[in-house]
Amino acid sequence: MAGAGSACLTVGLLTAVYAVLASVHGARGAGRQWVVSGRRAVYCLAGLMVAAFAILESAFLRSDFSYALVAQGSSTDTPTFYKVTALWATQEGSLLLWSTLLSLFASAVLFLTRRSLREIAPWATAVLAVVGGFFLLLMVGWENPFDTLANPPAEGAGLNPLLRHPAMMIHPPMLYTGYVAFSVPFAFAVGALITRNTGADWIRATRRFSLVAWTFLGTGIMLGALWSYTELGWGGYWAWDPVENASLMPWLTGTAFIHSIMVQEKRGLLKVWNVCLVCATFALALLGTFLVRSGILDSIHAFGDSTIGVQFLVFIGLVVAVSAGLIISRLPYLRSEAKLDSLLSRESFFLLNNLVLVGLCLVIFWGTFFPLISEALTGEKASVGPPWFDRLTTPLALVLVLLSGIGPVLAWRKVTWSSLRRVLVLPVVVAAVAALALATLTSAADSTPSLIMFTFVAFTLAVIGQEFARGASARRTMTGEPLPGALVRMMGRNRRRYGGYMVHAGIAVLFLGVAASSAFLDQRDLRLRPGDTFKVDGYQVKYKRATARLADDRAGTGAPISLGAVLDVSRGKERFTLHPSRNYYATQDPSKGVISRFFEGEANSEVDVRWGLRKDFWLAVRPDLSSLEGAIAKGDREFRDSPGDTQALVIAALADRYRTNPPPAAFRAIVSPLVVWIWIGGGFAVLGALVALWPSPEARLRRVRSLYAARLGRELSRA
Amino acid sequence: MGYALAFIILVALVAMAVLIPLTRPGADLAKDEARIEELKAAKEAKYREIRDAELDHRMGKTSEADWRVLDRELRGEAIEVLRQLDKLEGRAPES
Repeated sequence: MAGAGSACLTVGLLTAVYAVLASVHGARGAGRQWVVSGRRAVYCLAGLMVAAFAILESAFLRSDFSYALVAQGSSTDTPTFYKVTALWATQEGSLLLWSTLLSLFASAVLFLTRRSLREIAPWATAVLAVVGGFFLLLMVGWENPFDTLANPPAEGAGLNPLLRHPAMMIHPPMLYTGYVAFSVPFAFAVGALITRNTGADWIRATRRFSLVAWTFLGTGIMLGALWSYTELGWGGYWAWDPVENASLMPWLTGTAFIHSIMVQEKRGLLKVWNVCLVCATFALALLGTFLVRSGILDSIHAFGDSTIGVQFLVFIGLVVAVSAGLIISRLPYLRSEAKLDSLLSRESFFLLNNLVLVGLCLVIFWGTFFPLISEALTGEKASVGPPWFDRLTTPLALVLVLLSGIGPVLAWRKVTWSSLRRVLVLPVVVAAVAALALATLTSAADSTPSLIMFTFVAFTLAVIGQEFARGASARRTMTGEPLPGALVRMMGRNRRRYGGYMVHAGIAVLFLGVAASSAFLDQRDLRLRPGDTFKVDGYQVKYKRATARLADDRAGTGAPISLGAVLDVSRGKERFTLHPSRNYYATQDPSKGVISRFFEGEANSEVDVRWGLRKDFWLAVRPDLSSLEGAIAKGDREFRDSPGDTQALVIAALADRYRTNPPPAAFRAIVSPLVVWIWIGGGFAVLGALVALWPSPEARLRRVRSLYAARLGRELSRA
Repeated sequence: MGYALAFIILVALVAMAVLIPLTRPGADLAKDEARIEELKAAKEAKYREIRDAELDHRMGKTSEADWRVLDRELRGEAIEVLRQLDKLEGRAPES
């Protein structure tokens, strides 16, 4: 079937080229049938990509090692769950995932807009086909996922152990879905610029896709943070790593875009800003895809060097150059339709929030690419490190949280000082009380930025709580409904608004978790023998015994050997046991011995975390294998030609030796306050985004339409 | 399945799908239909703005005077959209 897969890619590339030519031909007046034909070509492209994806996924599930990619990224003992994910752990597979998702999103948006945007849609079709065609060209020309091996190995190399984590099952597709979905508003923005239709039509047609992109990208980032926290063994969730930053940058500009398009939709303002933002977001999404595998920047998340770096950079350069050229040439058509009525208005604060978000993005961009910049200027690669990022991003994050609280209380166009005072009194009082209580009753004042963040979070949550309460109360006054019913119906009728507020609340809670966990964590690094004890943040910890498991690791990743520890933890009446371990995976490196290949291949931590709403207890272990080195070397020599069963017995004996007579092991224990709220807040934000995305029932829309139509009709007749 | 055979089959299938519309000129929607869809979306957006403004006012974010001015303006814009819709849909404008 590899031939069929390759044929799907080649025909897909031809189809994408045809879609570009037919759509442009149709858009230039050759006849609408060409536009329909171009659109159909995109649908066909989606069918071809889904077929190619299914063929490759099936090869992974069958452990068909005649596919080079399967031999390189999977093995027969890889659990089925991870065989599915192994496809996108490879460069070729991730390109295929990108193209498949893109073709599906392109088909969805072109189907939804088939009855509208008559002039813009054909150009958008062409842009989407160009992007899809680029990824197909990479696969057909350089990175074919369907390459086969003349002599397939009996066993594959296996999936990178670091990627054997449930979050990794969905983290990359989430990120890629986010990246890909941003290509939709980008394509329609380019279409709008080419056709000079720079009103809000393209924004209305693609708003949901922007929100989908934002939601998926945000979810992907949060899952990546969760993976980092529970898998990488260093105890943090965010390291300002280039690949992490690369996913955060388009999310930040995408957040700015989602806010600023509301200003264009409602007021006809910020047109230039919006097209700049969407083009920047798409270029950053491409950059993120490129960085994750390029290896041009040192990253804990980069898995291998790229052979397509130049092609990617040329394409990104092309996107930036064409976008910039189009925007400059269309500046006369991008003039605002109105002026800001007042600096004290929601649109003014949206603009401010946009500046902060873009400022954050610029800081992160500079810090991420500083190693390349410094190398270009001085010949030496220097990096700025997390403290630099923390110092510059913390003030901006504080302002952002404050703005996310102020924005919802402001009305569009103009707010009077008296109205502002009225709606701000309660949140300001709540924030002041929270600050006072935290400063006097807790140690929050030890970190001024954290105390400010807690205060702003309290303010934001109070504002949003007040918005829900006042909204429900206003509806109850209008309709006489009981308060709970009024609240639900109010949210149902204003999903965008209240979904957005939920997102603000979720992000505020997320920042609460970040501020508390980063400023007030207690960390201990030590070496312990069984029976040793230590204290961390008031917890008494005792290393009870060592453990050794064969082909039975706790997380079910398929690790042949897992060495770990059992520790009892207690504080007051609270008692629990933790089982951190370290998994060892066999390497296929022929230079390693028959026994040492099981101990000297990839290894990764299986962290054990006691999750809690107030604080987490995080524990990792790194066993010291030096005492086994002699025995392992001896095993390599003496059992080199022994049957596999005998070698397995030797490995079992070595593991048992570690269990019964363990040398001191290195432990890292961290107690982080409120860290779980990062994911609770993030999850709530995603829920809010889903509320904002959810379409209103058609029947309700019709009723509203008719009500307003009648009302407007009456006014019209009076005019 | 061999590459060549798969290639030929897939090319034939795609060609059939994309060439059919070329044999039926005028199969796509007329210019007016597209504009009607856009105006319907614009109408929904304007209604949403009217509701938002009303809710803001009821929640005490805007004064009575400011809200009345804004509401009148938004309704005027909505009426303009409805007029254009009526015109395109062949209905007599309300008088």
